[in-house]
Amino acid sequence: MKVLVCISNVPDTTSKINFVENDTKFDSEGVQFIINPNDEFGLTRAIWLQQKQQAEVHVITVGEVSCEPVLRKCLAIGAQKAYRIDCPATDGNAVARELAAHCKNESYDLIIAGRESIDYNGGMVGGLLAALLGYDYVTNCIRLDIENSTATLSREIDGGIEHLEAPLPLVIGAQKGLVEEDDLIIPNMRGIMQARQKPLEVLPSANVTATTQIDRFEKPAPKGEVQLVDENDLDTLIELLHNEAKVI
Amino acid sequence: MAVLIFAETENRNYKKIAFEVASYGRALADQLGCALHAIAFNVDDAATLGTYGVEQVFHIDSPSLEPFTIQASGTAILEVAKAQGVHHLVLSSTANARYLAPWLSIHLEAAYASNVVALPESTAPLKVKRSCFTNKAFNYTTLSSDKSIIGVANNSYGTHEAPKTASVVPTEVALKTNSLKVTAVDAPTGQVSIADSDVVVSGGRGLKGPENWHLIEDLAATLGAATACSKPVSDMGWRPHSEHVGQTGKPVASNLYIAIGVSGAIQHLAGINASKVKVVINNDPEAPFFKAADYGVVGDAFTVVPNLIEKLKAFKAS
Repeated sequence: MKVLVCISNVPDTTSKINFVENDTKFDSEGVQFIINPNDEFGLTRAIWLQQKQQAEVHVITVGEVSCEPVLRKCLAIGAQKAYRIDCPATDGNAVARELAAHCKNESYDLIIAGRESIDYNGGMVGGLLAALLGYDYVTNCIRLDIENSTATLSREIDGGIEHLEAPLPLVIGAQKGLVEEDDLIIPNMRGIMQARQKPLEVLPSANVTATTQIDRFEKPAPKGEVQLVDENDLDTLIELLHNEAKVI
Repeated sequence: MAVLIFAETENRNYKKIAFEVASYGRALADQLGCALHAIAFNVDDAATLGTYGVEQVFHIDSPSLEPFTIQASGTAILEVAKAQGVHHLVLSSTANARYLAPWLSIHLEAAYASNVVALPESTAPLKVKRSCFTNKAFNYTTLSSDKSIIGVANNSYGTHEAPKTASVVPTEVALKTNSLKVTAVDAPTGQVSIADSDVVVSGGRGLKGPENWHLIEDLAATLGAATACSKPVSDMGWRPHSEHVGQTGKPVASNLYIAIGVSGAIQHLAGINASKVKVVINNDPEAPFFKAADYGVVGDAFTVVPNLIEKLKAFKAS
């Protein structure tokens, strides 16, 4: 079984979000980049498939050389091979088309993407990739088991859980629940040393065109001060929620 | 040319979100100077979308469309969109709509923008405002394809009546068989889901243990609200994962979000930021949530919440 995990290189959750060059670019100055959390849940599940079902696990990202530390971390966690498609990740559509060009040459049984990245929140790369390849797709995936080329899965839906069955090849959108936070693998020294020797191949861009373009960013207007209500005066809170906020 | 919306249904009725998508679609159609059409599946009174400005509803009544799958629902929408020469398709941001949109984007050869929070700034080219960085920022995106799919962020535009008489066109589409099989759906009935609810009541570690969750449940019942929890609470197994809201959990975009004993870690706030009004009840006045909230009560949840429930009941009775 060959598994590909698509990795997005994103600012750490606690990063200050600022923009530069007339609000046209994210300010990465002093920002720590990490594996997108949803992708990391997926990577961990892939490593379990490697440990228990001898899966071969590759990771891939679309991005510039600055993304390589995150790929090395994936190798230290246990992936056997990493690819970096050498072009800026302009939009979800372009990223999916770059990934599809690679996947068409490699015939993966399972492709894992995060349900969404925590920076642009597009939530589309896995679905676009599946549609481009003509594979089935299950997003918001909270369970995955594979036996004899058939996957059994669960998908979180609004107000419940759906259980599915699908033949491989398959694309999933990973999220928490597929593995738990406590299951995430912290690379040990041996893993980090080994990662230096593992292949990280740089692939040329397929020169696809983006269908969307971000013109500028904007931060929300600063929030006003909280209105404190005394704990012995809850009638005032109800009154404010009813008459001022008009939500009850 | 017309704008087409996908109007989601449940138990043979429109979901509330369908009216928001219709309202957005109406305003977009007015900007473009064209008609507004809808596609809907398995609904009894399809013409009610007229209230929100829809002129024509392509209605498909077929058991093959339930439970939801991309192949069946996607094919149905795609065929209607192609037959009608649709250039602009508007969807919601429900789990199913977000699941479907990328597939439609490829098959309709349309540029797709998700998390759209406002009407386009301009229509030629189409330029939309989207939330990003988990609601910590917005971006303005230009769609450079002549066909587009807009995913409207839930509860960002609201519902606006614009009465029209909607004609219902019974429609049949040859649906492909599915390789992906839905084997079972666990959807507890009688519970309000976080995605559909106007009010969400959420509990954190400050509640000290799962045995105290009746406080959250009673307050939620009083308000007709959904219940939610913070990440540590679901990690410790006090509450199911499906209730975890925040960056790696479910997103919340309710009108009112009440956080009880939740400190307000940045990851939690990111996930609930799209809610309109936030109330925090916490005994620690230094809790970061007070900086993000609109209204706050510094006090012990074990006394404040029962009092609040009592007073809300009196308020509702009056």
